[in-house]
Amino acid sequence: MSARRLGLLLWLLLLPVVLTSLWVGPVSLSSDALLQPGSRDWLILFELRLPRLVMSLAAGAILAITGASIQALFRNSLADPGLIGISAGAALAAVAVLVFGGAWLLGPFGPVLVPLAAFAGGLLVTALVLHIARTPRGVSVTTMLLAGIALNSIAAAAIGVMKYFSDELSLRQVTFWLLGNLHSTDWSSALLLLVIGGPVLLLLLREGQQLNLLLLGESQARLLGVVTSRLRRRLVLLVALGVGTVVSLGGLIGFIGLVVPHLVRLLCGPDNRALLPLSALLGALLLTLADILARLLVSPAELPIGIVTALIGGPFFLFMILYRQRGRA
Amino acid sequence: MTLQASALTVRRSGRLLLDAVDVTLAAGSLTVVLGPNGAGKSTLLHVLAGLERPDAGSVWLGNQPLLSIAALERARRLAVMTQDQPLDFAFNVEEVVLLGAYPLGLGRAEERAHCHHGLQRLELQALAPRNYLSLSGGEQQRVQLARVLAQCGEETAVLLLDEPVSAMDLRHQHLCLRQLRILADAGAAVLVILHDLALAARYADRVLLLKQGQVLAQGAMLDTMTPSCLSTLFDVRVEVALVEGVPRFSSSLADDTVLS
Repeated sequence: MSARRLGLLLWLLLLPVVLTSLWVGPVSLSSDALLQPGSRDWLILFELRLPRLVMSLAAGAILAITGASIQALFRNSLADPGLIGISAGAALAAVAVLVFGGAWLLGPFGPVLVPLAAFAGGLLVTALVLHIARTPRGVSVTTMLLAGIALNSIAAAAIGVMKYFSDELSLRQVTFWLLGNLHSTDWSSALLLLVIGGPVLLLLLREGQQLNLLLLGESQARLLGVVTSRLRRRLVLLVALGVGTVVSLGGLIGFIGLVVPHLVRLLCGPDNRALLPLSALLGALLLTLADILARLLVSPAELPIGIVTALIGGPFFLFMILYRQRGRA
Repeated sequence: MTLQASALTVRRSGRLLLDAVDVTLAAGSLTVVLGPNGAGKSTLLHVLAGLERPDAGSVWLGNQPLLSIAALERARRLAVMTQDQPLDFAFNVEEVVLLGAYPLGLGRAEERAHCHHGLQRLELQALAPRNYLSLSGGEQQRVQLARVLAQCGEETAVLLLDEPVSAMDLRHQHLCLRQLRILADAGAAVLVILHDLALAARYADRVLLLKQGQVLAQGAMLDTMTPSCLSTLFDVRVEVALVEGVPRFSSSLADDTVLS
């Protein structure tokens, strides 16, 4: 399929998905009530469902495009912010702030404190994994994944320890949030994601050709005129910023960064100039769909969205590994 | 423009990989580097390409130190093919070759025409839409060479290639080396690492013999590819017979007992 066609198809699909997301929920909305500002249905639509939709679209796009970028950076299609520990690092830092932040969280900088910490945590882990896995001959996939396993367990253990120090309220917050959910989205968090995620998205979109060159190999990219050290630094910063912000606002939402770029590659090839925008689009679409499912499956209760993406993404990941082993020759 | 390196010395974990090597690649010449495994050939190429910093010595491109030239500018003047090509994503052949033209900054149509020409010269037209990962080793090597040749534009002065034809069949070895010869004749300075003595003799005008990090001999092809030099270089018995001015080589182990 050509990239243009896929793009068109995804844009067309986006409309019904967006409308469904606004329409579906524990409360069914009546259409005439929506015309009265201030009515209950009007409030549900504009104060609950719309910010949540913005959140799922933006978070999906950011998770997918950062996934695609990190795969180019590591030159491996199995790299994923969740697998190699970036999300866990961000979560650990965010939990630390939630549990120990105390009065700081209520201060004027409260709302950005958690995202900031998540960014720092994500940045640290990305730099660390890259440092561990990079050899003079390129990035070692095994080392990268093993480092990811280690960092994920360390982060999980540290979060476990911190739960002992947290009071009832923050414990419940932390537990629910860690599973990934967009339940508590309001306009302030949706806008915060847009303000930080928007530029991250736009800046990553510009790197397509340089990422293609990086896929040829680090030396090859340098010989073709790419200043790889600077490119790497830019990517690590942008990915950590994007993933950190999403994690701080929506918790751990796995597999989008892995599955989406992979699907796009299967459909129209690995060219990052097409892969990055299409991944963002498909990511937005799929995470919004997952959010609809999260609301429908156990209605009127709600599943954490991280569980939905893991239920779909986990088996898909296994399939990918099988496919890699058998299919490629 | 010449690429000139003087007194290159490279030490890695206590071992001396290059020991005061001097190389000059003059415009219009094709230099072949010969030497046994581990002689330092690839290290030399990496240093000449600016991929590795020597512990001592310097590399100049024209009248500028190589490492002082900005990356993109350097890529326009210097095209390099290293031995390992770790590409592991399913680009098609044409896309891979197009990536090579990146430093030239051509428009889309120009870029395509430029690469199409390159594909043709290496007989790759039929493979153009194929998935790079599905190709054989020799075909992949030919695609990578086409990519490096696609990097060559008007400003390209130097080409460095590390065993660019090692996995290819006979016909394509000749086809590829002929392209390099053509580029040299058009004024580029070309350096190729090879193992095949016959290919070296057929296409090189200069030869550099490298052994244990040191230059054993360098100079005009016929002056360096002598029985004594080659025998010392490889620790085998090499005999050379001139047939119509072209040397033919035969080799055997020094203590060879022929099986009957």
